[in-house]
Amino acid sequence: MKITFVLNGRSRTIDAPPLARLLDVLRGTLGLTGTKEGCGEGECGSCTVLLDGVPVNACLVAAGQCDGRTVLTVEGLENKDGLSDLQDAFVTEGGAQCGICTPGFLMAARALLAGNPQPGEGEIREGIAGNVCRCTGYQRIVESIRHAGKERASREPG
Amino acid sequence: MALVGRSVPRADGPAKVSGTAHYVDDLTRPGVLLGATLRSPVARGRLRGIRRDPAFDWAGVTVVTAEDVPVNVVALIEEDQPVLAADEIRHAYEPLALVAAEDPVRLAGALRALTPEIEPLPPVLTVADALARKAQIHGSDNIFATYRISKGDAARAIARSPVRLNGTYRTPHQEQLYIEPQGMLAFWDACGAHLQGSLQCPFYVQKGVKRTFSLDDAHVDVTQAVTGGGFGGKEEYPTLLALHALLLAKKSGQPVKMIYDRQEDIEATTKRHPCEVTIESGCDREGNLSAVSINVLMDGGAYVTLTPVVLSRGALHAAGAYRWDHVAIEAVAVATNTPPNGAFRGFGAPQTIWAIERHMDRIARELSLDPLLLREKNLLRVGDTTPTGQLLKESVGIQRCVEEAKKASGWDTKRATLGRAAPVRPVAAMQRQTAPGGSASRKARGIGASVFLHGAGFTGSGERKLKGRVAIDMFRAPSEKKPRFRIRTASTDIGQGTETVFLQIAADVLRVPMDRVEFATPSTAVVPDSGPTVASRTVMIVGSIVESAARELFARIEYERQKRGGSFDDAALRLLADQDPVVSEKTYEPPAELAWDDATYRGDAYPVFAWGCDIAEVEVDLDTFETAVLGFWAAHDVGKAIHPLMCKGQIEGGTLQAIGWALNERLVVKDGKILNARMSTYIVPTSLDAPRFTTILVEDPYSKGPGGGAKGIGELPMDGGAPAIAAAIEHATGIIRDDLPLLPEDLFAARQTGT
Repeated sequence: MKITFVLNGRSRTIDAPPLARLLDVLRGTLGLTGTKEGCGEGECGSCTVLLDGVPVNACLVAAGQCDGRTVLTVEGLENKDGLSDLQDAFVTEGGAQCGICTPGFLMAARALLAGNPQPGEGEIREGIAGNVCRCTGYQRIVESIRHAGKERASREPG
Repeated sequence: MALVGRSVPRADGPAKVSGTAHYVDDLTRPGVLLGATLRSPVARGRLRGIRRDPAFDWAGVTVVTAEDVPVNVVALIEEDQPVLAADEIRHAYEPLALVAAEDPVRLAGALRALTPEIEPLPPVLTVADALARKAQIHGSDNIFATYRISKGDAARAIARSPVRLNGTYRTPHQEQLYIEPQGMLAFWDACGAHLQGSLQCPFYVQKGVKRTFSLDDAHVDVTQAVTGGGFGGKEEYPTLLALHALLLAKKSGQPVKMIYDRQEDIEATTKRHPCEVTIESGCDREGNLSAVSINVLMDGGAYVTLTPVVLSRGALHAAGAYRWDHVAIEAVAVATNTPPNGAFRGFGAPQTIWAIERHMDRIARELSLDPLLLREKNLLRVGDTTPTGQLLKESVGIQRCVEEAKKASGWDTKRATLGRAAPVRPVAAMQRQTAPGGSASRKARGIGASVFLHGAGFTGSGERKLKGRVAIDMFRAPSEKKPRFRIRTASTDIGQGTETVFLQIAADVLRVPMDRVEFATPSTAVVPDSGPTVASRTVMIVGSIVESAARELFARIEYERQKRGGSFDDAALRLLADQDPVVSEKTYEPPAELAWDDATYRGDAYPVFAWGCDIAEVEVDLDTFETAVLGFWAAHDVGKAIHPLMCKGQIEGGTLQAIGWALNERLVVKDGKILNARMSTYIVPTSLDAPRFTTILVEDPYSKGPGGGAKGIGELPMDGGAPAIAAAIEHATGIIRDDLPLLPEDLFAARQTGT
């Protein structure tokens, strides 16, 4: 099946079985290995990508479902100046340790901040509750997201 | 400005946040095949053969069985474990055969087309059955290892004590659940065997490959891929996986990649050893401890793996952070027909510290003493000796840890006002639905504490035998006017921040910015053997070798500068004109005064200990018995925090693993098989389960630690979380649990039986 979607800002058309996992299409067909597989059953959130801006587990999404839609992966987070504020905050605030869950957390956080630019701690914890990290105890991830929200607010007053 | 002590951005951070860090499953090679493992469905039996379905199209499929293994042993401490079972099967999921094919569909088909023919044997599934020798499954007595530690005359002193108390404390399996499952990419060429994988210890893997394929060092290259967590789970197991991938690659003549899925990873790889500890203690009525007798019994699973070392560390930590004049410890590990248990952060100590901390709470209960006051009365201090007779000479920061944690948590007030001191609080209807039966649900709060220690580095003479080596190269990069430096060690960064911390230490000594120092990817072809990434030894032991190698290099450059003038860079470039690279290689020199006797288990068990005090505040729903952790205060004596932010990250992450062990995780094992080998059924904490941590770094420097006194702290935070949670639940509800876990059904059952 021909599937056309906007991936990280660029229109792409691929030929894939409609029930192929989006995760395999991204990592295999398209060579975007930044999206990770931790469990293959939608529990760990490592394969989180944004489908029309909404976080989904790419291991549970059929490629055919993406036709005509927009997909954002970790490879699409950088802006023209390099790392985005959110990515930078994960580096400086200790949000990434082993890093395997990090792309998924970044995508969940990106969706959270898009709807709620300055979330409180409870809102952040709720927003990343579908992602599992075994290294950090979550506190530094929460701080990274909070920090990114603050950075954005300080640069874009009002 | 010095880099040590500052939370600089982590060196591997940009690659990890941009998706460009390459983990093993992100790697490939031309012609790569995928590999998979045929595993035993039974816990014990004899393998009579492996039937290949003649109807299946075997073209392009490679099958490996025990007959294809040149030397069929996994070289660890002992050589009891086969690479592939040849005759006796000793645990469910034991590897029986391997297959490789070009795509996942063919691979799964081939795996289904293989049927093992097994004559089942009665398995030994419990420690009691192993000790009773229901069947002989290891040696003559099913015992992997026994250790005894003795100080004074414990039996006599306990008999004479006014207050004698005993208890038995149990802890279950725990799965490491690193988020990246195990994986390995293998190929052969004219130079020999090549491996890239998710692993902690490249030289352990190399040792196993050399043994099984009868190769020498020069013909085995093991390179770490970026590794998505380990926690001990990637200490010994990757050796087996590497051998499997190499066998398939050898037979097929093509590169082979093996990546476990989550279920296979949970079923087949090692876990934390289940443990039962029985303690009898003697003290006076004021709570001054005198004597303790401790029996430790661990379930090693089907093969030895690292069990003796885990048992040893468990025994060495069993008396806790307290002064006892008389100690008798006996520790035994047995074989059962269950998947082998192995390394997991804490390495035996979380099990025995759970026991001694619960026992301290039992003593406090009996004497009606504040549990932290009882602990403070008996804390080890400089000048005291441990159960092995080790004199504590320095860096015993435990008193300050207790003070800081008490102050930050508001211990005194909460201890007096929460728990059974306070009436059970009906929850406002707005907050919670009315419970069935019409009454509002009720909640109770409580606060509990634990105090603990963890020996940093290898036990006893381990470091002296290992002689860890580190190299630092100075070289000139093309088009650069200044010299650059490269640190070469076998110490892997598995998330804890090794790369960044080593760069900080070396750059400070060399007085250069951090971006002029590089960290070589650990690869046995390139780096000297600085030892495995285990035992809380990376920063304290290997970091100190990095520091001394950097000092030697700096001295050489400085000597040149004084001799012939110019700047530091000028002098460095002059040296490089003669020889590029300039290499400084250093071997670890253990402190000369450390003495240890393996035969008697007397002496300096560890160069130094790290210390901690954890305080947990919980709220227990008295209808559902769910426990919410409202606050967690961890004050840990780390010696010196090289990178405070990452140091706190270690403490918080390790502590949450301990909280998960207590409140979320339960591995269900029946007939030697794991019934919940999935993330939807083996539950680890999420961001909503995790408390907000208040993490306090206490710095009582260790004179021989790098960067001004750093101690190893990788494992320490795994030790205190569970007992602090149990103590808080006890304070809140009166429910006393001596066994983990503390899931709602466990608390409910305990309430029903009235314990």
